[in-house]
Amino acid sequence: MDWFNHLNPTFQSLIISTIKVVGVFGAVLTMFAYAVLAERKISAWIQGRVGPNRTAPPLALKIPFLGALLQSWGMFQPMADGLKAFLKEDFTPNYVRKAYFWLAPAISMVPAFLVLAVVPFGSKLGNEPMVIANLDVGILYTFGIVSLGVYSIVLAGYASNSKFPFLGGIRATAQMISYEIAMGMSVIPIFLYVGSLNFSDVITWQANNGWLILYSPISFVIFLIAAFAETNRLPFDLPESETELVGGYHTEYSSIKFAMFFMGEYAAMILVSAMMVTLFFGGWTLPGLSTPASTIAAGLLHIGIFVAKLLAFMVLFIWVRWMLPRFRYDQLMDLGWRRFIPLALANILVTAVVLWMKAN
Amino acid sequence: MAIQDIFFYLFAALTLICAFLVVANPFTRNPVTSAMFLVLSIISMAGLFVLLHAFFLAAVQILVYAGAVMVLFLFVIMLLDLKEEARRHYKTFGVVTGVVSVGALLAIAVRAITTSGLSTGVQPQAEGATNALGKLLFTQYLLPFEIVSVLLLVAMVGVILLSKKDLK
Repeated sequence: MDWFNHLNPTFQSLIISTIKVVGVFGAVLTMFAYAVLAERKISAWIQGRVGPNRTAPPLALKIPFLGALLQSWGMFQPMADGLKAFLKEDFTPNYVRKAYFWLAPAISMVPAFLVLAVVPFGSKLGNEPMVIANLDVGILYTFGIVSLGVYSIVLAGYASNSKFPFLGGIRATAQMISYEIAMGMSVIPIFLYVGSLNFSDVITWQANNGWLILYSPISFVIFLIAAFAETNRLPFDLPESETELVGGYHTEYSSIKFAMFFMGEYAAMILVSAMMVTLFFGGWTLPGLSTPASTIAAGLLHIGIFVAKLLAFMVLFIWVRWMLPRFRYDQLMDLGWRRFIPLALANILVTAVVLWMKAN
Repeated sequence: MAIQDIFFYLFAALTLICAFLVVANPFTRNPVTSAMFLVLSIISMAGLFVLLHAFFLAAVQILVYAGAVMVLFLFVIMLLDLKEEARRHYKTFGVVTGVVSVGALLAIAVRAITTSGLSTGVQPQAEGATNALGKLLFTQYLLPFEIVSVLLLVAMVGVILLSKKDLK
């Protein structure tokens, strides 16, 4: 590491940032691949099926015991899925609007990755804080970028130039705008408690005072349900309800372009899970393990805690998808506007009054 | 040239080019394209705010304009008859009034800049920190802030009134 210390500070931080960015990027892509497998395995388990248990590259089965075990868990399935998505014919119908047809899948994952840059995924490794950008307005930035996520869907609907994708796009827009309001307002009590918009401050506060879900459970409930709506997951997957809309906004897409939307959905799930872990469940802290790490092992443990909490939320997303039926569109809108927004407003007011009384 | 300067020219150029393409795109008259360029213009403007260390303003700019207002714009545009819109041409009256008002605005801006004597020593009152901005808004600028809120309320009531078919 001697040569590293001789570099000038700008280059040092550049190198460290690049490593962190590549690390997070790789972790999210891996998580995406295995989240799809988890989705298939858990759905199979819920429905009393077996799920993917056949795929294996030729040499893997030569490994004694382990090869067969990994095969039966379907651990090689994501590779086959990825390969299939790349090798399938990428068909572009001749009636679509070409520029937007290409643009929409390309930007589907961008918001999720931009937001993950400000989420602290660990305390420290050595002297380096485990967050790519420690932004003072982290939460506002997050909501700003999340709100851009709707563009890929709405442009996909528009670009396809046919009825069902268009309806899916319109539904998605209305749904995401409505639930963004509830989602944004649900976290205001968090600011009131913490007194800062910085994610790292939110975690420090929780390390000292206990997890925020204990202080503001209503916020968490609203945020969780709005998160389901924001990511277009069941029970709120109206934009892509196949029984009504064929396939929704991605009906006209095939091959890797379709896979990009798929990845966008999972990246969004990872993102909201990360946000819920950070805002309500203490991020990388556990009771008794909340001082920033001084050794490498402790730093890795903190990252492990964060990832474990995140995976728990991912399982929840998948579990709910296979347990609940879909809402009707008017029910969805009614729930968003008439229940959650007033509830979130009341929650803000009550929290403010309680904190004011305490301060006096 | 410092890296900040490079970014400034990059974002400023992007803002201007995209803004130009919103109103006078030589390649297409499609309203959706105009709206998307407006989004790009807004995002590059948020980049300019970041360069001024106004992080709060930048975040709000993206959250409110790019994330909410423009999505609604797009939503409404898509419900319109786009072919009709794309066929429309520039009208002489519109071009003349537009050029005149842009000229007037330019004159005001130039005069304001030259008479104020741009100095480099001006410190922004609420740099970056959200706390400072909040305190300023709720103490020194309370009245304008409240008036703006009332304006928004009036707009909301107006929308409800207009969208109700029968007033009972």
